[in-house]
Amino acid sequence: MTDTAPARPARPRRLPLTWVGLAPFVIFALLFLILPTMNIVIGAFQTRDGSFTLQNLRDLGTGTIPSSYWISVKISLASSLLGCLIGFGMAAAVTFGAVPRFIRGPLMTFSGVASNFAGVPLAFAFLATFGPVGLITLFLKNNFGIVLQRDLGFSILSFWGLTVTYLFFQIPLMILIITPALEGLKKEWREAASVLGATSLQYWRMVALPILFPSLLGTFALLFANAFGAVATAIALTGSALNIVPIQLFAQIRGDVLGNPNLGYALAFGMIVVTGIANVLYIWLRIRAERWLK
Amino acid sequence: MSLYARLTGWIVLIFGLLYFFLPLLGLFEFSLKARRGVYSLDAYTKIIGDAEFQATFGYSVVMALVTIAMGVLLVVPTAFWVRLKMPWARPYVEFITLLPLVIPAIVIVFGYIRLYNTSSWLPMTGTTMGTNLLLAFGYTTLALPYMYRAVDTGLRTIDVATLTEAAQSLGAGWITILSRVILPNVLVAVLSGAFLTFAIVIGEFTLAALLDRPAFGPYLQRIGANKPYEPFALSVIAFAITWVCMGLIQLVTRFSKHTKAAR
Repeated sequence: MTDTAPARPARPRRLPLTWVGLAPFVIFALLFLILPTMNIVIGAFQTRDGSFTLQNLRDLGTGTIPSSYWISVKISLASSLLGCLIGFGMAAAVTFGAVPRFIRGPLMTFSGVASNFAGVPLAFAFLATFGPVGLITLFLKNNFGIVLQRDLGFSILSFWGLTVTYLFFQIPLMILIITPALEGLKKEWREAASVLGATSLQYWRMVALPILFPSLLGTFALLFANAFGAVATAIALTGSALNIVPIQLFAQIRGDVLGNPNLGYALAFGMIVVTGIANVLYIWLRIRAERWLK
Repeated sequence: MSLYARLTGWIVLIFGLLYFFLPLLGLFEFSLKARRGVYSLDAYTKIIGDAEFQATFGYSVVMALVTIAMGVLLVVPTAFWVRLKMPWARPYVEFITLLPLVIPAIVIVFGYIRLYNTSSWLPMTGTTMGTNLLLAFGYTTLALPYMYRAVDTGLRTIDVATLTEAAQSLGAGWITILSRVILPNVLVAVLSGAFLTFAIVIGEFTLAALLDRPAFGPYLQRIGANKPYEPFALSVIAFAITWVCMGLIQLVTRFSKHTKAAR
């Protein structure tokens, strides 16, 4: 367009049509992501005949529901806390050169695979290893006379069994996210600290950890949400032996075991709230963390 | 680096690696124990000959391919359009594509069952084909975060506006631009997204089980309850597929780096 004409000719009026290109995506997201979720959320606040109520949320405090939320939260906490600790240790060992650098590439690739490997096959892998006739179980029994369940109180179908299984995808996720953060720690900071007379411990306590803290806490929140929403591994591993929220919701969808569909929606709504809070925390802390780690 | 730190590093690493490899070893070893006393591939031959395995596995493969096709058709034009015409919308679109990581899959499928049941305005679960379609849409939703991020990263490396204008001045329409200019340029990104989608869909359990479709994940879970060795052989196969998919991602990424370096 040229601006040389003395009186600018009136532009041909056109309806803005650029949004049309986004329409397929918006329609898809509405139909298969947002509306289904909204439907559950609204259902959580309705009675059977459709009027507004808070009774469903109150009813979440009855029966086995509080205990299933509690055990879900405990498993998610345990597996994300251990996942953070072990993942941090492994990432740190590779990043700070305690072990040869060539391990880094394969470790990151492996983490990419394993962090995506939740599900039914994972449950079978742990059954084959720690189950009643699993590799480790038999090894301990034949060589040391130790029976996992009797002597160590460990069963793969229990709280700790599920936690140990979840760690298989939690640790790699931690490694994937925290390694870039660790690599963002500048060498100069450590040198500056040691010039000022700080010990290694002081450097970690007063410099490195405060910088890493948002990353650590954010990843912890992400891991928590990750464990909280996992369904397949738990069902394949424990059946209905362990009454965690996703298993209870699965049974509710299959056959309305709570005897009240709207209570089922409230149960699902509770899950969204928990994973939602964890994710908001993750995003917020990540933005904070990026201020330092550029 | 002090000896103490070095030692701790090694201990942590070895402990971690043991933790990762023992379950894989245990799984593999167990899957070979179908014949008493010796290692054999009996469980594998038995399960591969099983008609239900072939049917469910075939179903999941087809589902994965349909999901990939849908994902590409949905994500490539959207990401392209957002980059070209509506950059202000990018954070919002990105936010929506990340939602499937926030909302648990079980909640999404619960919504499908409620929204698209036989007495609703769009009774997709009423027919087999409709349910299959719904499952494919569900998988596309689950794959959205991975697919979108992959394609968007791919688009960042090319000059979308210039390529589009060049194609337009040569007389190309939108479909030609997308299929013959943009897609070949982000092929590596699309392929990485596709392999990841394949790995996710092939063993997916929750959606398929709750929509009651004969997919591989629910089948694996079901025979886990009543067969001794076969489920373990199947799990090994599932692991292998995931590894192959991830290996292919590495391969195409490396391949693309080489072609770029040669320029």
